[in-house]
Amino acid sequence: MRHIISLLMENEAGALSRVAGLFSARGYNIESLVVAPTEDPTLSRMTIVTSGSDAVIEQINKQLNKLIDVAAVMDLSEGEHLERELMLVKVSALGQDREELKLMTDIFRGRIIDVSDKTYIIELTGTGHKLDSFLQAIDHGLILETVRTGASGIGRGGRILKL
Amino acid sequence: MELTGAEIAIRCLQEEGVEYIFGYPGGAVLHIYDALFEQDKVKHILVRHEQAAVHAADGYARSSEKVGVALVTSGPGLTNAVTGIATAYMDSIPLVIISGQVPTYAIGEDAFQEVDAVGITRPCVKHNYLVKDVKDIATTIKKAFYLAKSGRPGPVLVDIPKDISNNKTEFDYPSSVSIRSYNPVGKGEIEQVKRAAKLLLEAKRPMVYSGGGVVLSGAASQLTELVRMLGFPCTNTLMGLGGYPATDKQFLGMPGMHGTYEACMAMQHCDVLIAIGARFDDRVVGNVEHFAQVPRKIIHIDIDPSSIAKRVKVDVPVVGDLKLVLEQLLVEFRNIKRKPNAKDLAAWWKQIDEWRVKGGGLRYKNSTEIIKPQFVIEKLYEITGGDAFVTSDVGQHQMWAAQYYKFNKPRRWINSGGLGTMGFGLPAAMGVQLINPGATVACVTGEGSIQMNIQELSTCKQFHLPIKLLSLNNRYLGMVRQWQEFFHGNRYSESYMDALPDFVKLAESYGHIGIRIDKPSDVEPAIKEAFSRKDDLVFMDFQTDPTENVFPMVPGGKGLSEVILSEDL
Repeated sequence: MRHIISLLMENEAGALSRVAGLFSARGYNIESLVVAPTEDPTLSRMTIVTSGSDAVIEQINKQLNKLIDVAAVMDLSEGEHLERELMLVKVSALGQDREELKLMTDIFRGRIIDVSDKTYIIELTGTGHKLDSFLQAIDHGLILETVRTGASGIGRGGRILKL
Repeated sequence: MELTGAEIAIRCLQEEGVEYIFGYPGGAVLHIYDALFEQDKVKHILVRHEQAAVHAADGYARSSEKVGVALVTSGPGLTNAVTGIATAYMDSIPLVIISGQVPTYAIGEDAFQEVDAVGITRPCVKHNYLVKDVKDIATTIKKAFYLAKSGRPGPVLVDIPKDISNNKTEFDYPSSVSIRSYNPVGKGEIEQVKRAAKLLLEAKRPMVYSGGGVVLSGAASQLTELVRMLGFPCTNTLMGLGGYPATDKQFLGMPGMHGTYEACMAMQHCDVLIAIGARFDDRVVGNVEHFAQVPRKIIHIDIDPSSIAKRVKVDVPVVGDLKLVLEQLLVEFRNIKRKPNAKDLAAWWKQIDEWRVKGGGLRYKNSTEIIKPQFVIEKLYEITGGDAFVTSDVGQHQMWAAQYYKFNKPRRWINSGGLGTMGFGLPAAMGVQLINPGATVACVTGEGSIQMNIQELSTCKQFHLPIKLLSLNNRYLGMVRQWQEFFHGNRYSESYMDALPDFVKLAESYGHIGIRIDKPSDVEPAIKEAFSRKDDLVFMDFQTDPTENVFPMVPGGKGLSEVILSEDL
């Protein structure tokens, strides 16, 4: 089953590779991994999307907790949570396609953030599913490049991951 | 007064009460060796290969309750040390390894003897550090010692670039240190302890399965008290030998691939299994699906939550330091004032005794013509009164030593259980001998393993280490040969050891005593002679039966009750 795991870790050189190394060494899946510093510059927050049986997910949580640099771990999938991903898509925008792409972008509540005489860059935020849907909705042949951040997640209401 | 980083590093070791360190100098650690030269509190043992430095520090740690320390240079010094570090990591041994690194300004430029030490060791250390500022050296080393010995112990690497070891700052060693993201556990949750106690009292066929954690936690006396109080059968894993006295009638021997029949059967058929500092290793439970076919409740006590429910389902997990948790359990049983059902327990012991008879105990067919390896270990046990420190290498000789030497005390059996590192025995024995001066230290080895670190005979000469080596020389990589006989149609691919040296002359050329033993009747006199030489290292080269196999055996992938007993008995 798909799980989205959030963790706080020391913002130190090598901390990211300890997490990435753990996943490869033990044969766990990583669908996506996002990391950036938090409002406390000594801490980074990472969101990992992974999948596995209940036993594997339990081990992933325990093994993450065991890393010395990891200060807190929360399996967001165990409760109410939100997740968002950012995607930038560069598309070929010529003739009739320009209007069509503008329309689709509006429907999906995206924004065109760069315009040239032949291309658009479209910015879209949402769940991974929504981003997938957008890519399916537009003419596949028009896509020149896509870049996705991978999911970031946060617990709803009182579910707070903080030291 | 300002000190150099190198001086600070050595002062830290002094503050930690380190008596001996094991190492090998080189360019990137020259400042540290200079600082070592200027003092005499921390004594340095010059090994002949960095792998041996780490194994020696490891033996030092296993046989005491101290943290072992090794010092190696950058590049090849560090990569040579990696096998030693991985060995310690798999067996949770507290070590601090200090490695030199190229100067900070050269890192990343493929400098001479540069290697990414933190990157290479990351998967086989508890934690590691690259020190980038001389001001951080003292705190980093303090953290390294704290991490190495607290919680589930393990090796910690501190990589110090050459310029950092030469820069100066004030020395201030912190008296304590805390790491916000690291909080090792102490006692177990009392509710879980109560559930465990209740389940144990309800058991009809209980079994105590204890491992290396008992030895590491210093919980052998608590384990012994608990097992005797309850009257339950007990087994110790390869890493846990000595955790419960091997000569006690409640001891069933070692379980697993080369365990006793009764230990394997009791593990398989018990209705409540309490695992104490053991991790259901593949060499212990064999095929986990087969193991799970018999319904049983499992209580698992361990300091590391990730060891619990890793390979088998657990009904009552208890996370905590074993010594404290076992004390909690003892208190609980004293409060309950109930005993296990005597009738059920008697029936269970009757069953176990039947298995003991059926298995026939550990046995082999002795010979007057050719030396049987088991016979050598039996004589070693008798002559040393069961009280020696015994290190071993890896292979058949390791299994025979584990089976036939009855360890009644913890920290006496020193072997590479998890990683299975050949070449471990001799350097480990050096560390054991140094921290236990005057003690009897035997290294049980084979002609294959000993050649993986034989250069340490030179170190033993330099530092007067009177280790007794017993090499069970069968001219084969015996365990490989055994598997080839059983599972590869007798095709002995590359397992025959041709062109062996004359080990007697070899020992003599290093300045030691060598004895070659060919006949069974010479075994006892030779061991007696060797152990009477208190101040000498003696290398005993026993010419043993090349066809002897280790039994009982649970073949790889099979279940515990599919154990093969010796066929020729």
